[in-house]
Amino acid sequence: MTYIVKPTFHHPGLPKNALGYTHRDYEGSVSTLCAGCGHDSISAAIIQACFELNIEPHRVAKLSGIGCSSKTPTYFLGNSHGFNSVHGRMPSVLTGANLANCDLIYLGVSGDGDSASIGLGQFAHVVRRGVNMTYIVENNGVYGLTKGQFSATADRGSKSKRGAINSDSPIDLVSMALQLGATFVGRSFSGDKKQLVPLIKAALEHEGAAFLDVISPCIAFNNHPGSTKSFDYVREHNEAVNRLDFITGRAPIHVDYEPGTVEIVEQHDGTTIALRKLDAEYDVHDRRAAMNFLMERQAAGEVVTGLLYLETDGEDLHAHLGTVDKPLNALGERELCPGSAALEQFNARLR
Amino acid sequence: MKPTDLSTPQHFHKVVDCQWACPAHTPVPEYIRLIAAGRYGDAYMINWKSNVFPGILGRTCDRPCEPACRRGRVEKEPVAICRLKRVAADYKDDIRERLPKPVAKKNGKRVVCIGGGPASLTVARDLAPLGYDVVVLDQDPQAGGMMRTQIPKFRLPDSVLDEECGYVLDLGVRFVGGRRVDSMKALLAEGWDAIFVGCGAPRGRDLDIPGRKEAAKNIHIGIDWLSSVSFGHTTKIGKRVVVLGGGNTAMDCCRSSLRLGSEDVQVVVRSGFEEMKASPWEKEDAMHEGIPIHNYLVPKEFTHENGKLTGVVFEKVQAWRDDKGKRHLLPSGEPDRHFPCDDVLIAVGQENAFPWIERDIGIEFDQWGMPKVDAQTMRSTHPKIFFGGDAAFGPKNIIWAVAHGHEAAVSIDKFCNGEDIAERPAPAVEIVSQKMGIHEWSYDNDIAPDKRYRVPLRDKVVALRDIRAEVELGYDEALAFREAQRCLNCDAQTVFTSLLCIECDACVDICPMDCITFTQDGEEAELRTRLTAPARNLAQDLYVANGLKTGRMMVKDEDVCLHCGLCAERCPTGAWDMQKTFIEMTYAGSACRSKA
Repeated sequence: MTYIVKPTFHHPGLPKNALGYTHRDYEGSVSTLCAGCGHDSISAAIIQACFELNIEPHRVAKLSGIGCSSKTPTYFLGNSHGFNSVHGRMPSVLTGANLANCDLIYLGVSGDGDSASIGLGQFAHVVRRGVNMTYIVENNGVYGLTKGQFSATADRGSKSKRGAINSDSPIDLVSMALQLGATFVGRSFSGDKKQLVPLIKAALEHEGAAFLDVISPCIAFNNHPGSTKSFDYVREHNEAVNRLDFITGRAPIHVDYEPGTVEIVEQHDGTTIALRKLDAEYDVHDRRAAMNFLMERQAAGEVVTGLLYLETDGEDLHAHLGTVDKPLNALGERELCPGSAALEQFNARLR
Repeated sequence: MKPTDLSTPQHFHKVVDCQWACPAHTPVPEYIRLIAAGRYGDAYMINWKSNVFPGILGRTCDRPCEPACRRGRVEKEPVAICRLKRVAADYKDDIRERLPKPVAKKNGKRVVCIGGGPASLTVARDLAPLGYDVVVLDQDPQAGGMMRTQIPKFRLPDSVLDEECGYVLDLGVRFVGGRRVDSMKALLAEGWDAIFVGCGAPRGRDLDIPGRKEAAKNIHIGIDWLSSVSFGHTTKIGKRVVVLGGGNTAMDCCRSSLRLGSEDVQVVVRSGFEEMKASPWEKEDAMHEGIPIHNYLVPKEFTHENGKLTGVVFEKVQAWRDDKGKRHLLPSGEPDRHFPCDDVLIAVGQENAFPWIERDIGIEFDQWGMPKVDAQTMRSTHPKIFFGGDAAFGPKNIIWAVAHGHEAAVSIDKFCNGEDIAERPAPAVEIVSQKMGIHEWSYDNDIAPDKRYRVPLRDKVVALRDIRAEVELGYDEALAFREAQRCLNCDAQTVFTSLLCIECDACVDICPMDCITFTQDGEEAELRTRLTAPARNLAQDLYVANGLKTGRMMVKDEDVCLHCGLCAERCPTGAWDMQKTFIEMTYAGSACRSKA
């Protein structure tokens, strides 16, 4: 862990975004994770994504549970709202916060232990309810804080640092998210920011439950030969189905790629993304095909990455519940207690 | 792009901007750290070895190191390197025990130095401890040359000069004061093994305009006048003084006048204020004492009455650039201006003059009357005669004179040992890891956000009363520590080992200055545009390494690296390490010779 404070001096030629901030303004305090941790790269990618999207820091709420990954919200967006909840319980806190104030951008940060073990139930329900959020799992396949036991996402047959072979079946959170109705599902790798940053940007812009599984090697306990979550293994077996080239706000899009190689996807909120296909056959809008594809590639030992599924006209929890547009926490006494006449009217409808 | 070649010290030497910019290549960060540690004597000795006159230079150096200082690119102002050097000199203990002793057994070689200024004294310092019999000749009774005659005492007290010239002379160097050399031929006939010419640029340029002869009594050549003031021959000057010229000599002239009873001193320069030759801090010091500087005024005529000067007439001009970008001063059309005054000091430049060198003894001169001198060996076209300081290439400054002196001493030593003087010795390089623990370094890697500290000055009223009262008081120890902490320790190099790198991006993410990029190879010009932060400062090199597993290159822009070591702290495999380079020039002696 680093003892000095990161110097406030920055590069004189650092670009500023539309709000006048540099990416340094989106940082948090210096990481206390092990040197080289993949999670720190994901933090840097989140910083970059928020900088590029011109997000006002006070409009973001970052929520997490317990674990190495759940510590990371301290290390980015130092001027945003944060809630470090109980182990595996981030999804319900996030759901509650989202219900109370739909105006914020919700970023849930969790790990494989926090989401696939103790919090598996919570994970399932927050996804199936379609809470408008970005849910990032920083997935390293081990329990780092307790010195490297296999977690629930470790692949069967992979080897621990001390030589034990994992005999349990892995939980694939991407497949689960697809099955449970997430409207945006992607997978990426902490060592590939060119892929990761646009994915995070698209997820943050997506209205609905966006899930990102980010493989993030644990340098201390899971970066050795025999591990399937090491830098070398993921780099060798990475099978990207597409590249998110750019994401616009609500401006029209212009691309000059060869026909058939690029797909322009318009989402129902008006944002557009340009998707460069690496696998010509892969259809990002077909949930069942995506699941089949994943199963097949997984059996072949490949790690499929990219934007795996996108539903452009999905609905979120507020739409399901028919809440008012105004955030619930902003409603005043007049709206919440409309008086006995309104009560009479309401009761009449139930008779 | 080619990977950076680390087999020579070139790349890492350039990273230490201050040391690279210093003509004598003084290891600046090393002595600044010693000052911060309160080890003033050690800091002084590093300086003494490299630049011979730490106390003098700590007050008067032209400080090429400071505009080069990386701190000036990271924030507003560079580290006050020059004034920290003075701290080492001011607070050191008695260091005489650490100096070389006069050698008992001489090597039989006799060297004579003409002129007792910084260049000659450096040659003497380098050669005397090796057993050379060195004699220094000077027209003045004391050693020091222009440091003694032209720099006013309120900037450089005699005590400092005496001390540091004394250290050199105490090495067994024979100083002969009051001896003017009139004939090089005669000197050659004395049978010296080598002759070093370090007599400076002793002639002040004159201004030949109407009225010069008639009013001569009150028109003085700046450097001659300063010298006369320095020796106490001149003790007063008229109430109203006009100083012509915009160099450091002009600044010394105007400030001296103010101390000799003048009540109204004006500096008038031909060019614009920004283009003046004087160092910015010297202009500042003059203006601080209330001296106005008028620009774009070309002297036209000295006015006089009954043989007495009454003033100077100037033509107002304006700058104009032609198609080639060359600047011309054209009449502005405004009416001429008359500056009434009692005395004029002309400080419009200095010239070399060698009337005492016969033209038929083997020293070739160029069309401007300057000797042909090899810029590296400092040798003239005569095998035994070497030049240095202002005498070699015209007026420069003390630190250049010292650098010339070192080079000339190496040449003389090699020459006297029958070696080829064109073969120059490489500097000595030490490179040592600074790692002490997982996140501990043997240098203070935390970055101090402090702005540059001002050097305390003597009260203006008191300072102006006495021409010998030093104006700058120097940093006290507490201020010196804080200023020293501003140094970025650029000699603590970031050294990268590709073989250990796992490309986890930790260094890229933590670097506060966005210096590091892992990317595909490319041509330098194009590569510079697609780094994490664009590398627009072309004067600063890129550090490039290949051999990574993914086939990408590690590219580090050295420009604004803080040397905070965070890349190395966050590196899980030790691919980054902070290693201190100590680069020291090789001086005369066995180390500079090939057959040691």
